[in-house]
Amino acid sequence: MAEVLVLVDHAGGKLRKATAELLTLARRLGEPSAVHIGTGAETAQVTLAKYGAHKVYVYDGADAGEYLVAPQVEILASIVAQTSPAAVLIPSNPVGKEIAARLAVRTGSGVITDAVNVEAGADGVQTTQSVFAGSYTVTSTVTTPMAIVAVKPNSAPIEAAPAPGALSRVDLTLSDTAKSARIVESKPKAATGRPELTEAAIVVSGGRGTGGDFSPVETFADSLGAAVGASRAAVDAGWYPHSNQVGQTGKQVSPQLYVACGISGAIQHRAGMQTSKTIVAINKDEEAPIFELVDFGVVGDLFAVLPQATAAVKAAKS
Amino acid sequence: MNIVVCVKYVPDAQSERAFREQDKTVDRDAVDGLLSEVDEYAVEEALKIVEASEGEVTVLTVGPAQAADAIKKALQMGADKGVHVCDDAIHGSDAAATSLVLAEAIKKATDGSPELVLMGMTSTDGVMGVVPAMVAERLGMPQVTFASELTIEGGSLRARRDGDAASDTIEASLPALVSVTDQINEPRYPSFKGIMAAKKKPVEQWTLADLGVDAGAVGIDAAWTKVIDVAKRPPRAQGTIVKDEGDGGTKLAEFLAAGKFL
Ligand SMILES: Cc1cc2nc3c(=O)[nH]c(=O)nc-3n(C[C@H](O)[C@H](O)[C@H](O)COP(=O)(O)OP(=O)(O)OC[C@H]3O[C@@H](n4cnc5c(N)ncnc54)[C@H](O)[C@@H]3O)c2cc1C
Ligand SMILES: Nc1ncnc2c1ncn2[C@@H]1O[C@H](COP(=O)(O)O)[C@@H](O)[C@H]1O
Repeated sequence: MAEVLVLVDHAGGKLRKATAELLTLARRLGEPSAVHIGTGAETAQVTLAKYGAHKVYVYDGADAGEYLVAPQVEILASIVAQTSPAAVLIPSNPVGKEIAARLAVRTGSGVITDAVNVEAGADGVQTTQSVFAGSYTVTSTVTTPMAIVAVKPNSAPIEAAPAPGALSRVDLTLSDTAKSARIVESKPKAATGRPELTEAAIVVSGGRGTGGDFSPVETFADSLGAAVGASRAAVDAGWYPHSNQVGQTGKQVSPQLYVACGISGAIQHRAGMQTSKTIVAINKDEEAPIFELVDFGVVGDLFAVLPQATAAVKAAKS
Repeated sequence: MNIVVCVKYVPDAQSERAFREQDKTVDRDAVDGLLSEVDEYAVEEALKIVEASEGEVTVLTVGPAQAADAIKKALQMGADKGVHVCDDAIHGSDAAATSLVLAEAIKKATDGSPELVLMGMTSTDGVMGVVPAMVAERLGMPQVTFASELTIEGGSLRARRDGDAASDTIEASLPALVSVTDQINEPRYPSFKGIMAAKKKPVEQWTLADLGVDAGAVGIDAAWTKVIDVAKRPPRAQGTIVKDEGDGGTKLAEFLAAGKFL
């Protein structure tokens, strides 16, 4: 069976959920192998094997993490040259999409980004994407021998399928071209203890309607174990970090439940949340466009509605 | 410094966007188009760099005849000249083919030695955010993408890039390719003077032949991916909307309990 490479999404060997999803999807196309770039492969190995990685290719040179995007492309390209895989699956985040894009040009392969499903089709790898702020579903096939697909998080239920997960070191010296955009400083974000925005099953977002006070939004989010998002208006006002922005120029989220609080529902915001399974909004203005999308909406003041809902959720859970 | 800014002409996101029946490509005739919003930030950044030192800003677009509007807007903002690559063979090109045409056009526009190429982080129609990385790959240039802050000093640049886990500072030497986010600046509106001046600014029209790109390498038939089906999502079923009469929060919690979210 042809190999299918999965680029591992991790921080120091601690795997992100997307990795297990990609390994699960990869099994539909062939025999999954994981590609682990950076330290911590020995820690990750157990989980990678559990979700079906037959091999784990490892590049743990410190230099890979010191430069932007190009090293990962070079490492993947060298494994591709060795193994001629049927497909390469990559997490669809900004870095992942760029790695996919450059690998596509380098190997002359078709690339699909933001896929929400991947299958083995009659004429090659077949993908599903959701475009134009979720208003269309597009099915595509990749016509080149190798397919490169960047898959969005939350696209597949995770299933274990134990495999050997044998470590295999990649021998490679990075070229100078791969080392041309150097990361000279990295300021880690403060940890919030909340789930990652793009992975969370529930996202509660606040907008200009919070007036800068996100506490009711955060308290409600915490009662649900949710991630907190923000509209660009809230981010531009300096009320919430940019890394929490949902929308066209922020994160694209697709949770089971999205709760928009004090957000009008501009097209650029919708572009980041319209594929959420269930949508709820709280807004003072019954004419707000966000209400066109909702499964459930409350016309009201978020400062009254959220605390009451939080208390009711806590009561129901205890 | 001479800067090339790549700008895309996109269907207006505020209008009903659609696909063409016959070949499942984005319908660019049915709706009004405009300069992709995020590319305005790239144009603004280029103008600021040139204003602070010297040089020329060239805006480059690959697209159908109407895409001239995107160039016009950038010239009105203050760019010096435009290049419009327009060829029927380009219709239906995927990102890889688009990046090939852009890379060749950038080379031609700079006599083979570009200094700085600026792009938007993503277009508002495709929202792929892959073309800048592909062009960097083709030109063999340092790729500094998603810049939310940019400073250029001597032969090198420094950019802030905000990721999920960290805010990074990236350094690269020129020539380089940079894509910008909408955090980087506040794009100017064209002034009346700018609008008048734009009418006299030169816009070159190039075909694939001018770039030495084989027509067989681009377009819908050369694409490495093929759209086989496009389905309009059924409109969302009308949801329940309640007015808060002192019990809105309770009702919301009931809805969540019924949906098994608790
Ligand atoms: C290039 C570009 C990219 C963009 N990218 C993004 C993006 O990624 N994400 C994004 O979100 N936006 C983006 N935008 C901005 C977008 O167009 C909107 O301006 C933005 O989404 C508005 O944010 P908002 O809904 O919080 O604010 P508003 O539109 O001002 O809405 C605030 C809402 O809060 C309600 N409200 C006020 N007080 C209360 C209260 N006490 N209780 C309940 N409701 C209340 C009001 O009725 C109103 O509907 C982008 C714009 C551009 C040009
Ligand atoms: N047809 C095009 N003409 C000029 N620039 C383009 C074109 N397509 C993409 N770009 C540039 O690439 C960026 C990202 O586009 P995309 O990868 O399509 O999301 C845009 O913001 C533009 O700067």
